[in-house]
Amino acid sequence: MKTSTSQLAHEGHYFVPSPSAYPVILSFGMFLLALGFIELINGFPLGKWVMLGGTGVIFYVLFNWFGQVIGESQSGAYRDWEDRSFRYGMIWFIATEVMFFAAFFGALFYVRVIAVPELGGMLQANGTTLWPDFSGAWPTSGPKGAPFTPMKAWGIPALNTALLLSSGATVTWAHWGVLKNNRRQLCLGLAATVLLGCLFLGFQAYEYHHAYTEMGLTMGAGAYGATFFMLTGFHGFHVTLGTIMLGVILLRSLSGHFSSERHFAFEGVAWYWHFVDVVWLILFVFVYWV
Amino acid sequence: MSTATTTHPAEHAVADYHGGWLRWITTTNHKDIGTMYMTFALVMFFVGGLMILGVRAELFQPGLQLMKPEFFNQLIGVHALIMIFGALMPAATGFANWMIPLMIGAPDMALPRLNNWGFWLLPPAAFLLTLPFTLALFGIGDGALATGWTFYAPLSVQGGMGVDFAILAVHILGISSIMGSINIIVTIFNMRAPGMTMMKLPLFAWGWLITAFLLIATLPVLAGAVTMLLTDRHFGTHFFDAAGGGDPILFQHLFWFFGHPEVYILLLPVWGLIPHVLSTFSRKPIYGHTAQIYSFIAIGLLSVVVWAHHILTSGLPLPALIYFMFSTMAISLPLAVLFFCWIATMWKGAMSFETPMLFAIGFIVLFGIAGLTGLVLADVAADAQYHHSYFVVAHFHYALFAGGIMGVMTGVYFWLPKWTGHMYSEKLGKLHFWLTVLSFNLTFMPQFFLGLAGMPRRIPDYALQFAEFNAISSIGAFILGFSQLIFAWNIWSCVRGGPKVDGRVWEGAEGLEWELSSPPPHHSWETQPVVK
Repeated sequence: MKTSTSQLAHEGHYFVPSPSAYPVILSFGMFLLALGFIELINGFPLGKWVMLGGTGVIFYVLFNWFGQVIGESQSGAYRDWEDRSFRYGMIWFIATEVMFFAAFFGALFYVRVIAVPELGGMLQANGTTLWPDFSGAWPTSGPKGAPFTPMKAWGIPALNTALLLSSGATVTWAHWGVLKNNRRQLCLGLAATVLLGCLFLGFQAYEYHHAYTEMGLTMGAGAYGATFFMLTGFHGFHVTLGTIMLGVILLRSLSGHFSSERHFAFEGVAWYWHFVDVVWLILFVFVYWV
Repeated sequence: MSTATTTHPAEHAVADYHGGWLRWITTTNHKDIGTMYMTFALVMFFVGGLMILGVRAELFQPGLQLMKPEFFNQLIGVHALIMIFGALMPAATGFANWMIPLMIGAPDMALPRLNNWGFWLLPPAAFLLTLPFTLALFGIGDGALATGWTFYAPLSVQGGMGVDFAILAVHILGISSIMGSINIIVTIFNMRAPGMTMMKLPLFAWGWLITAFLLIATLPVLAGAVTMLLTDRHFGTHFFDAAGGGDPILFQHLFWFFGHPEVYILLLPVWGLIPHVLSTFSRKPIYGHTAQIYSFIAIGLLSVVVWAHHILTSGLPLPALIYFMFSTMAISLPLAVLFFCWIATMWKGAMSFETPMLFAIGFIVLFGIAGLTGLVLADVAADAQYHHSYFVVAHFHYALFAGGIMGVMTGVYFWLPKWTGHMYSEKLGKLHFWLTVLSFNLTFMPQFFLGLAGMPRRIPDYALQFAEFNAISSIGAFILGFSQLIFAWNIWSCVRGGPKVDGRVWEGAEGLEWELSSPPPHHSWETQPVVK
């Protein structure tokens, strides 16, 4: 597939990093986080302190590990060959994220097309059902669920769609900036993208608050509430991560990192941001709109 | 396959690694990481094996002798998770780490620190999985996951703390496998020696490439499914609860969307390595290299669209049943291509029967039985009788022990001299092979008949008419289990010493990996070879 380019690849030395303790410490932090979480949800109050410790360890490692990678990058350790490894790696990492969201979209489509209509007797030939009063129409919290108000598409969600689409444009504008070695455009574009990401998260938080306090729309609101919060929640979590990553890239750009030839970190984060953007579009259509 | 011109230095000048235990914890070297994966897999193989010997001891006679049914269920579920995620997958990843850079002429894996992280996620996950057993001894919780490895809702929604431990363990194991897969894909795409086109890529690397894509496509779905399970358990959602408009069958669909490709994830690395062994000991080139590559791709594609044959009795509509039956049976076409290529590779060869060759031939015969019984289970009408019976248990052990574990043993005997620079004991190897093959059949062949007679899976007690076959099966299981000590001893002695071998090791061995010394230098291909 990439045979022509590998003719260049073998010239020189691939960068194999020297031994590192960060991976094993990161695993230990994740172990503490998982253990603490299990304790917490099973009613052991110690759990939250274990979780806090685990989170601390994870942040320590992320800060230092990424710091080391940035240092290596700045010292010129990475050339085209290594750069290609990172690009392929990021592409396939985003592919796993796509499949992670596919699981939740699959659940949404399954309950909407199969589970709920079947409970309402719509798929049976003679229309018999255990719950004669249940119509099987969407949105629903199920035959035994409490009443709730579904979220409307043409309010905050539509505004959030506009915000995220604009942020996709600003990050592309920043990309044009780095390609032209125009640092001002790069930094302004990134700052605008971070700002739009934060605005999105703010509106999302407001929407959640509104849903919980006034609409009766909670995670417990049956199939609708479960799929709504799982999809929008994990999306919001990814926007949060993306915004943090964009923030780091902004700080790096301000300190003079990246050139028109070497800016994989910027591109990787931009790809991630576009992925989050696309997930939102699908989410807007199938969770909020139709 | 190729001619290599190498100029690698015999010894790496700078020892850029720590000594002692720090070397193993901090290593970024693909061979060290491969060794850790293999060691971890061997340990977990014995842990999971001990668990199932407990189960077979209980099943030796009808009635309850040794344990409570709850504990029996825990042993079965954790045995499966340990064997799949702790033994087979790490063993395959260990092979990939050790062999892919050697085979494709690379200095190391593409992302070495990520590689180390992928390994070091495994021990904490295995600890989380087994910790509830220990906690139960101190009166905390009611033991490990007792739902079987499939986590079916609603049982898993109602289960105890062990389910939470298993969910988090699966999350961590999943991250580990995804990191390993990304690394392998990137290595194969970006680190091949000049001139090594994708069609010249060794079959082992091809098998792993398809495996890695399957892991990337399906493990995140498993992660999503167990996350929904977690929120159903603790955060009030109703994904798998009909009262809220959810459906327990949804969990089964999500689980098997991962679970069926998982079978091929376990088997494709083995299908990749078997042709190398057959070709070496038949002293003939691999027959149908290209045909096998396209078969791998076809099997990989088919494997993600056939999952519901695991739940044919769950009340799916008729069109779905027919679709999943025929698509499942379609897999036998590319698989038959592989079988014919394997046999044709041996055809009229100057064959010799060293231990790896014995295991490879044993693999072909026994894995063939797994394939044929799989066709029976894919048949919707027949499956109504066989579903959830011991027939299924026998079938997937022919696939995953004879196909998976024996395939791994083939690879270990084949490559161990390359890794250590020493030859293992051929006498013990052959003894291990014959004991394994005979006791394996003694264990699992009777289970086909138990299943046909109607004995259900996952039951600690059974009707009297099943007693003789169960006794035979249990005796076989204990012989099988203890024979593996020979395997462990043979590996241990080979690591410690033994007759020295040269780089090529086997007379008929072909490929870049045999051009390097045994054991290979610290940075495998300092200068990339050129493949003509």
